[in-house]
Amino acid sequence: MSGEPSSDAPELLAVRDLKVYFRTADPLQPVKAVDGVTFSIREGETVAVVGESGSGKSMTALALARLLPGAGYVAGGSVTFEGEEVLTMDARRLRELRGGRIAYIFQEPATSLNPVFTVGWQIAEAVRVHRTAPDPEREAVRLMQLVGLPDPERRRKSYPHEMSGGMQQRVMIAMALACKPRLLVADEPTTALDVTIQAQILELLADLQRRFSMGILLITHNFGLVARMAKFIHVMNAGHVVESGPAREVLTNPRHAYTKALLRAVPRLRPPAGGAGGTPAIGAWTETAGSERTP
Amino acid sequence: MALLEVDQLSVQFIARHGRSRRILRAVEQVSLAVEAGESLGVVGESGSGKTTLGRAILGLWKPAAGSIRFRGQEVSGLRGSALADFRRHVQMVFQDPFDSLNPRMSIGTAIGEVLAIHGMKSRAARLARTAELLELVGLQAGYADRYPHEFSGGQRQRIGIARALATGPSLIVADEPVSALDVSVQVQIINLMRRLQAEMGLAYLFIAHDLAVVRTMCRRVAVMYLGRVVETGLSAELFDKPAHPYTEALLSAVPDVDADLDPTLAQKRRIVLKGDVPSATDVPPGCPFHPRCHRAQPVCAVQLPVLREVLPGRCSACHFAEELLK
Repeated sequence: MSGEPSSDAPELLAVRDLKVYFRTADPLQPVKAVDGVTFSIREGETVAVVGESGSGKSMTALALARLLPGAGYVAGGSVTFEGEEVLTMDARRLRELRGGRIAYIFQEPATSLNPVFTVGWQIAEAVRVHRTAPDPEREAVRLMQLVGLPDPERRRKSYPHEMSGGMQQRVMIAMALACKPRLLVADEPTTALDVTIQAQILELLADLQRRFSMGILLITHNFGLVARMAKFIHVMNAGHVVESGPAREVLTNPRHAYTKALLRAVPRLRPPAGGAGGTPAIGAWTETAGSERTP
Repeated sequence: MALLEVDQLSVQFIARHGRSRRILRAVEQVSLAVEAGESLGVVGESGSGKTTLGRAILGLWKPAAGSIRFRGQEVSGLRGSALADFRRHVQMVFQDPFDSLNPRMSIGTAIGEVLAIHGMKSRAARLARTAELLELVGLQAGYADRYPHEFSGGQRQRIGIARALATGPSLIVADEPVSALDVSVQVQIINLMRRLQAEMGLAYLFIAHDLAVVRTMCRRVAVMYLGRVVETGLSAELFDKPAHPYTEALLSAVPDVDADLDPTLAQKRRIVLKGDVPSATDVPPGCPFHPRCHRAQPVCAVQLPVLREVLPGRCSACHFAEELLK
């Protein structure tokens, strides 16, 4: 997947030394969720940010369009999108950027959709707000067709709860595509879905990327997904990028101890040299190593 | 005699839509066996009936048909002390350890309660046993006074396991025990469960949607689709060469570091199933998988394939299993 975009494709997004902190009771001791992250994405390219819970991967994604929750703030660095600095953008430009040039899809489609409006209305809303087509309702039907929702004329009148998880995620993708975004930020887009449905959504994303040469920023904890989707990968741990590189290289020949340990911890379908009884041994972590953060 | 024998088990629910009532066939004619000290994986997607199967084995759902025998005894016929004995021997571990722990009970109390219910009268003995159990799962004995919110997800799952071990079970039904955990924590829990199995001769019925986890954890595996077991076999063999198109499609769908980076494997592996899993109130005629199957033939729409042995130790419910194995 992710085609093989030539490395001279124009740069869409450049993140330099981004710092996202969270205010705490002690103003001198903010929580450093993202602490100096640098990466870039070119047109038509898929870049993955991989990490475990609390690594800062989702906060990095939200900071790109200044969507950080309450206590979070950008403490330093820069985010340029198509050459324009996002962090100092005025409110009007920011509105155009959000949903217009950068679109997001999240893990749980059911919680991102409004339960009291039909899906057709919700898709059309994005078209109305950004005035991208003369007839929003018709455009919604076209978008539903584009993302492979069967029978869109009838389906546009459905409410989110009448659809399966896979169809809801297609609706989210249709909404995201309403303004022909240059960059799609997909934060765990398939984690809530069954594997056969996940495979369908991944195919869809790959196809849309080829057609519109969108950049995709994939946020995930799943190395398998990275192997299937991404060209470049950045591995995050505790707010830092610990390792970056072409996905194939990082996955097959990790250099950093954290990446190595994480990759060894991933259960494999085709494990190297089976252990006793055909169940392979895994893990660099001993079973009692307390590597987790206790709340 | 196997530790657990499930024979032609069916579990049904009544689904009400307004005034209409339909039968939801959650589990249909499932047969499987778990030997002492063995781990059997049950894999399938949402709605495959794997959780219902686990709960029926624990006696939490009443079967519509079929039998469940534990050590040769029919479970539905158990009463009184025989039933209490069954419950001591068969315990469960759930997906979300936070949901399954009472937030107002210290974990020592939560584990002690299990011991008390199962007849440990002396408080001192309960405290000693609780401390022993916590250490067994890699926690400090001193944690007994703490409350669930003070623990991370992985620690909570250890507590869930300690509580399941309290009665000295011989079979643990574990329903998605690691799917809510980060990879690095997941591997710790898998290794813990494997160590406990080796030390105590535990048998697991390990229910999961993650094929790679099941491959790592279980010697044998049963694949479920729409309430039925469609394939069983040794996990090493079954994942290497599936004998049912659904297993084949599942394996192809899972993004996997090794396979997705290997161009020859990636080419071979692209089977993308169409549509969603049909509703269990409206199971397609013939083979339940045929509307989504990439190998379907006319016969599949009319004739239900039975689960049959296609290789020694391997069963498949596909008319064309032999062709898949070629």
